[in-house]
Amino acid sequence: MKYPLTIAAIALAALMPPAEAAALRENGDPLASARWSEMQKAFLAGAPVLFDPRVKVVAPSTAENPMQVPVTVDATALAGVVEVVVFADFNPIVQVLRFFPEDAPAFLGFRVKLQQSTPVRAAVRTADGVWHVGGTWVNTVGGGCTAPSAAGGSKEWQQRLNEVSGRQWSEGPNAGRLRMRIVHPMDTGLVAGTPAFFLEEINFADAAGKRLMRVQTYEPVSENPVFTLQRTSADGPVEATGRDNNGNAFKARIAQ
Amino acid sequence: MKRLLCALLMLFAGQLGAVDFDYRLSAVQLATDVYAFIGKTEDFTTDNGGNIVNTAFIVAPQGVIVIDTGPSLRYGQQMRRAIAAITAKPIALVINTHHHPDHFLGNQAFADVPIAALAETRNGIAADGNAFAENLFRMSGDWMKGTEVQLPGKTLNAGVVDVAGRSLRLVALDGHTGADLVIVDATSGVVFAGDLAFNGRAPTTPHADVAHWLKALDQLEALTREAGFKVLLPGHGAPTGDAAPIRQTRAWLTWLSAAMRDAAKAGLDMNDVLARPLPAEFANLPVAASEYRRSVGHLFPAAEREALGAKP
Repeated sequence: MKYPLTIAAIALAALMPPAEAAALRENGDPLASARWSEMQKAFLAGAPVLFDPRVKVVAPSTAENPMQVPVTVDATALAGVVEVVVFADFNPIVQVLRFFPEDAPAFLGFRVKLQQSTPVRAAVRTADGVWHVGGTWVNTVGGGCTAPSAAGGSKEWQQRLNEVSGRQWSEGPNAGRLRMRIVHPMDTGLVAGTPAFFLEEINFADAAGKRLMRVQTYEPVSENPVFTLQRTSADGPVEATGRDNNGNAFKARIAQ
Repeated sequence: MKRLLCALLMLFAGQLGAVDFDYRLSAVQLATDVYAFIGKTEDFTTDNGGNIVNTAFIVAPQGVIVIDTGPSLRYGQQMRRAIAAITAKPIALVINTHHHPDHFLGNQAFADVPIAALAETRNGIAADGNAFAENLFRMSGDWMKGTEVQLPGKTLNAGVVDVAGRSLRLVALDGHTGADLVIVDATSGVVFAGDLAFNGRAPTTPHADVAHWLKALDQLEALTREAGFKVLLPGHGAPTGDAAPIRQTRAWLTWLSAAMRDAAKAGLDMNDVLARPLPAEFANLPVAASEYRRSVGHLFPAAEREALGAKP
């Protein structure tokens, strides 16, 4: 036995509500995807894996617009989250993004381009080295990755590239929430004549310079990305910085 | 053996019912010389073959004026036969009210007569027609067999025109799509509203500009207050003798756009918005749940952009 995972899993299950404990498993992809073993090899190679209902991936079961499929990853039920990798088994570019929650909870909302019906998954690595995997199937008419970005039709985005807008909410049911939108074509490189051009890295830090979250984004993130984060305490402005694969950097302050 | 034969026969008959591709179009008379084919208030399915739309025709002195041609070649052909069962007059003109596929994909069956639409509707069909058709093949299946886009060859302009000896008032509005044609047949008092008005079915919004649509509804309602108004034919749902479908469409759009704005202001993410329940007022409206979900995809990004303080 490579890892004492079975024992770990049993111990874990004992601490969980019975319904969730029953859904825990170490093998047998609950989404029954033909590409799971490939995905496991590519992203989680060699590390212990647990299909874990505490990793919540919310997305519409049928996506009307394959260019803008909303995905919310919530791994806040797990302690000690180090890294979250989001991927879509049947997308031509599988990896969507990675995020590293530091001072922020392991929660991220965003939108993604899907080429065909596919599982959308989040694999969450905890400090003990275990990957906790959650996911959901999204059915879509497809074409999201090989359709040109809307920006391709106009030149306006060139003047507005990396323009950031955003807001924080300090009261009401969404207190602690931060939402940010950034103007970027997020071209996949799969459209003839349009090279891949996409945001690669976004950092969120608080007023004291303490990092809340680092996000690595890839081609499948939708055009003009919108991110939803949750802060434990909405305490002052947030600084967002980042750059795309052509080295265009941005820096913006999101007021509270 | 007998039992087996019986079972086989029943199976055959059952299949026959499902695959005869007969829309069973039956003309409903709206006024003297004015008829409509009323579609179901459903989504496109392989059962209804896309017969979810209203089409119409006017028997004018020198020929027939056809208003919209349905979702497929088969529909267009069957519509033409159903018209021929009522009048021997030739088809004089086909009009497409706007560029959505359930309103123009029957054009092929009228390829031998002039087909006309507003300029922007013609452009829209040329640009999006094939993608629309592909989508309907996916949703309605074999009912679509042989269907190809037949572009309208003539451009219509707003104003009063004489078609085959009948005077029609063409009112060019927009909001449901970039160009929505309303036809007022003064002789009969019938107003053909196209998809600016939905009756007993949640409106669709893939190309909607809600602010423009609400303005258009005011203009449309004014037409129903004119002397001589008798019947309003919405693009989907039953015809009425009053402006009820206009008010219903307005109520939906007003609620929908406020809901998107409020949700964005409150910091909701698109998935949060999708998960919201429908208000009681619309809970029983046919296809409301699915149209709401679609509309979130179409309309929420703009509301979100505004709430986050992005430049328009």
